[in-house]
Amino acid sequence: MTEVARAAEEKAGAPLHRRLIVQSKAEVAMALRRGESLLVTLGIPLILLVFFAEVHAFTVAHEKPIDFLAPGILALAVMSTAMVSLGIATGFERGYKYLKRLGSTPLGRPALITAKVAGVLVLEIIQVALILAVAAGLGWNGGGNAGEVIAVMILGTIAFSGIGLLLAGSLKAEVNLAVTNGLYIVLLLVGDMIVPLSRYPGWLAAIAKALPAAALAEGLSHSLGHSGGVPGSSWAVLIIWAVAAPAAAALAWRWE
Amino acid sequence: MDAASRTAGGGGPAVICSDMSMTYGELTAVASLSFEAYPGRILAILGPNGAGKTSTIEALEGYRRPSGGEVRVLGLDPAGDSRRLAPRIGVMLQEGGVYPSMTPQQVIRLFSGYYRRSCDPDRVLGEAGLTAAARTPYRRLSGGERQRLSLALALLPNPDVAFLDEPTAGVDPEGRLAIRGLLEELRESGACVILTTHELAEAERLADEVLILARGRCVMRGTLKEILAASPDGPVPARLRTSVRIDADELCRHLGEAPGWVVEEASCTYELRVAPSPDQLAAMTAYLAAENVAIEALDTGARNLEDAYLQVVRGERLEER
Repeated sequence: MTEVARAAEEKAGAPLHRRLIVQSKAEVAMALRRGESLLVTLGIPLILLVFFAEVHAFTVAHEKPIDFLAPGILALAVMSTAMVSLGIATGFERGYKYLKRLGSTPLGRPALITAKVAGVLVLEIIQVALILAVAAGLGWNGGGNAGEVIAVMILGTIAFSGIGLLLAGSLKAEVNLAVTNGLYIVLLLVGDMIVPLSRYPGWLAAIAKALPAAALAEGLSHSLGHSGGVPGSSWAVLIIWAVAAPAAAALAWRWE
Repeated sequence: MDAASRTAGGGGPAVICSDMSMTYGELTAVASLSFEAYPGRILAILGPNGAGKTSTIEALEGYRRPSGGEVRVLGLDPAGDSRRLAPRIGVMLQEGGVYPSMTPQQVIRLFSGYYRRSCDPDRVLGEAGLTAAARTPYRRLSGGERQRLSLALALLPNPDVAFLDEPTAGVDPEGRLAIRGLLEELRESGACVILTTHELAEAERLADEVLILARGRCVMRGTLKEILAASPDGPVPARLRTSVRIDADELCRHLGEAPGWVVEEASCTYELRVAPSPDQLAAMTAYLAAENVAIEALDTGARNLEDAYLQVVRGERLEER
């Protein structure tokens, strides 16, 4: 091997798996250190779960409100982590020039984005465990198909991560903060999470069904409940958003 | 690794910028810029704000694709071959680049995980003078500590080419000394270093070559000696401060110059129209000694990089008007 080739070999990036592991660990550690992020990802979903399970603000078709709320709040948790927490944090990382700095290292864009999604999935495992434990304590008796639940959650995670990264990659950090929080509220209201779609006017329900929030909530409701499999329309909406949103994010992405 | 292996093919420049231009809409930030940078040497890019320094360095780092011309770093296209180039270059941004809640120890561990050859974070922290601040979040570090951390990250891969944007900005004298030491070590290791700075004294201490930009164009380039020799001529006054007032015209007569060649600027402070020759210097000290006058300060008017830089840049401004 020539001296030049040896030098290039010595000065290579770490193998992909090692870059992914170190970056994923860093993403999880940074997310757990962000107090405001924990409020959105854990605090708000748990508060809403307990509140609406006890207050019975809406009449639902289910025997117990918790049967409607548990899958809806799980969908909310996915949206909170994948879109709000990831998107806002990434927007600020761009503002801090942290992403720009990473852009000149061997980490690479695919490894960074994969690590961010892996970090989201780790946080979601914590969320699912806590929310299901609290829901069970409130009388929820879920069942369903674990494979479908996981598939629906992964699609939802990819779709919402794509939306979060699309906003983070194209807006200034402060604008991204406002837009993402606004979108979070809108999707919470029209996402079949705490207010059932059956209570919406027809035109709004039609719009809501085309959005990933309602598709995720409906998918989780069916896969966690006892009312049969996930409807084809939910799969279709989730798949379209899971493909389109990350693709748009990749196109609009800027390191700084 | 020797210097030869730090180039594209074992010899020649590590960085080539050929007729490069950078435009942002209507604004031309860099126009037809050409230069090379070599292994084992430090090139300082100087220029006033808006001269095109950051645009130039960001094109070399691969952050921006030139609007025209070509750049090559270690024989590679920085924007197109970033995967192959990234492990071999070090980048220090002008500011930021670290997540505020991360400590120097965490960020050095994280970044070292991106490279095949890992390093000892404690050693890196020690070399950067950050051992005491190893566990302090970035947001609470001083300006100098942040700069040293940013430099440490740039040097982590033992780079073949290092791009450093304002490495000593806002750094105290002790910090500057540490940064100077790190850069000299890097040069001795055979790396090519390209830095931008407004600190002309620092550039004069460190740089082997200097490139002066103004309005996106190269207005002067060469070694320090070449820059000083080539800058437009003009009288560089000398200054003298004495313990008591003296007769300026009498001093002129002793120096063989017409009255007015020495002018009293303020009490006990005098300006000599041009730098005195060695003989004049000897005559002046002899005269002052005979008059029992002590020299409190003497600036002989020898040219330095700052003089040359200011002359060139002011000349460019006049031309612009």
